[in-house]
Amino acid sequence: MARPIVSSAAMHVARPPLAAQASRSPSWDGRFTVLILFLPPALLLFTLFVVLPIGEAAWYSGFNWNGFGKPTNWIGFDNYRFVLETRAFWLALRNNGLIIAVSLCVQLPLALTLALMLAERFRGAVALRMLFFMPYILAEIATGLIFSFVYDGDYGLVASIWRSFGAEPPHLLASTDTAMLAVLIVIVWKYFGFHMMLFIAALQSIDKSLIEAARIDGATRLQGLRHIVVPLLYPTIRLSVFFAIVGSLQLFDLVMPLTRGGPADSSNTMVSFLYNNGISRMRVGYGSAIGVILFVICVTFAFTYKRWFMRDE
Amino acid sequence: MSNAETTPRPFDPAVLFKAVFLAIVAIFVLVPLFATLLGGFKSLGELRVNPFGLPHHWEWQNYADILFSGRYWQLLRNSLIISTLTVTLTLLVASMAAFTFAHVRFYGSSMLLSYLTLGLLFPAATAVLPLFIRVRDLGLLDTYFGVALPQVAFSLAMSVLLLRCFFKDIPYELLEAALVDGCSYVKFFRYVTLPLSRPILATVGTITFVNSWNAYLLPLVMLNTDALYPWPLGIMVYQGEYSSEWHLILAFITLTILPTIILFLLAQKHIVAGLTSGAVKG
Repeated sequence: MARPIVSSAAMHVARPPLAAQASRSPSWDGRFTVLILFLPPALLLFTLFVVLPIGEAAWYSGFNWNGFGKPTNWIGFDNYRFVLETRAFWLALRNNGLIIAVSLCVQLPLALTLALMLAERFRGAVALRMLFFMPYILAEIATGLIFSFVYDGDYGLVASIWRSFGAEPPHLLASTDTAMLAVLIVIVWKYFGFHMMLFIAALQSIDKSLIEAARIDGATRLQGLRHIVVPLLYPTIRLSVFFAIVGSLQLFDLVMPLTRGGPADSSNTMVSFLYNNGISRMRVGYGSAIGVILFVICVTFAFTYKRWFMRDE
Repeated sequence: MSNAETTPRPFDPAVLFKAVFLAIVAIFVLVPLFATLLGGFKSLGELRVNPFGLPHHWEWQNYADILFSGRYWQLLRNSLIISTLTVTLTLLVASMAAFTFAHVRFYGSSMLLSYLTLGLLFPAATAVLPLFIRVRDLGLLDTYFGVALPQVAFSLAMSVLLLRCFFKDIPYELLEAALVDGCSYVKFFRYVTLPLSRPILATVGTITFVNSWNAYLLPLVMLNTDALYPWPLGIMVYQGEYSSEWHLILAFITLTILPTIILFLLAQKHIVAGLTSGAVKG
C-alpha cells in the first residue's frame, strides 16, 4: 500500500461530507459510477412493481374492465358506489375491525404477559420462547389447513371433544355464527408469539438497575411492573399495536384455507373480499376500487398513528 | 433473582400460577401441531375415533406415498427456485442501494430513501390486480420471475433500511483510506462492505426467504400451471382433491411444514434478530 490507512486526527474530528470535497476528490467519478449502477435497479423494481401498480389501481378503478385489451369503458366513481353498496363489503370491514379488536384486546395482553414471564432466565424459558414463536414461522396456508382439521366436524379435535360429551359435533367453519370466531382464534394462535418476541427484545434492553432500585425503595413486584417496566415498554407497545393493526387490515392467506371468506361472506376480510370479487373473476375495475379503499384506510391509519403516537421515534 | 438460596424455596403461589399459565399456552400451541403430525400416521377410520392420541397402528404408508410421489418434490423444487431467486435478487439489489444511501452523499439522497421506505406502508393487495396486468404485458405470467420480481420489489423497503443501518456502522475512515489508495467504490463494496456484512445479509436473506417460501397471494395470481406451483398453492390443490381424506392431507401438511421448521431451528437467531431489529429500526 502506498499509504497507511488514513487516520489523521483532523479526519476523525470532522468528517467532511463527500459532497463538499467532490471537486477536489479523485473519487467523484467513482461516486458517479455507483450512483448510476447501484441505485437504479432498486428504484426501478420498486417503481415498476409497487408504486406504479398502486397508481394504476386508482386509474383502473374508474373503468368497467375485465383486464383484456385496453380499458375503455369509463364509469367514474361507480365502482366505488358498487363496492359500498355491497353488504359483503361492510361485513368484511366489520371483520377486519373484529380482527383488530381481538389483536389488541386478547393477543397483545397475552403476548405482554408471556414476555414478562419469559424474559427472566429460568430452565426452559428459551425453549418456551421458541415454541411460542413457532406458529409465526409457519405459513398462513399451512396454519389454516391445520386448523380446518382441528375444526372439522367429522374428524377434527373439536368434534371429538364434543362427542366425548355425547353431543352432536358442530361444523364451526360452515356456520355463519361461528366461522369468524373460529378464524379469530387461529389469528391469536398464529401471531401472539411474534409480539411476545418484540416485547422480550425490548425487556432485555431495559436497565435492570432501575427495577432493583425500585425494589430496594420498597416497591412490590407488581408496582415495579406497573410503574417502571410497562412505561419503559411503551415505545414497543405502540409499535406492536401498529403492526397488529396494519397486519389485521391485510389479513388474507389465513382465511383462504379456513373458510375462503364464507359461509355467505361471513368471514371475509377486505383482501379476501377483493380476491373473491375482483381477482378470481377478473373484475379489474371493481377489484381495484376495493384495493384503493384498503390503501386509503391503511395509509391514513399509518400516518395518523405515526403522527399521534410515535412522534418521538 | 437470587441464586444463592441454600434453604429450600418456600411455596410461592405466583410461581405455581406462572407454571400453570405457561403450560396452558404451551398446550394451546402444541396440540394442533402434534395432532397434525400424528394424524398423518393414522388411517382415516382411526382419525375419526382417535384424533388426539397416539396411533394404534402406525400408517407409515401415508407419508411414504407422498414422499415417493413426484408431486411433493416438484412443489418443494418450485418453492426453492422462487425463494432462491427472490433472496438472491433482493440481497443484490438492496445491498447496492443500501450501500449508496449509507456511503455516497448526493443531492436527493434522503428523498429517494423516504420514497423507498414508503413501501413499508403500502398494502400489497392494492397493487395485485395492476401487477397481474403488468406482469402479463411483460410476458412473465406463468414464470418463476413473474412471482420473484414483485416479491423482490415488495421486500426492498425493509431490506434496504436494515442493510443501510448496518453499512453505516462500517467506519467511514475505512472507505476514505481505500479511496485514497485508488480503490473504487464498487471494489470497496465488493471486497470490504459485503464480507463485513455477513451477519446482516444472513438475517435479511433468511427473512426474505421465509416470506417468499410462505407466500400465497402473488403466486396465486401470477401462476396458472400446476407444474409451477410453489407448495402453498400446491397444498391447497391437494386439499381440494382429497377433500375429506384428512389422514393424507395431514401427512402432506406435515411434510411441507417440516422444511420450514428445520430452517427455523437452523436460523432462528437470524429470524428473531431480523424481526426485532426491523421492528425497532423500521
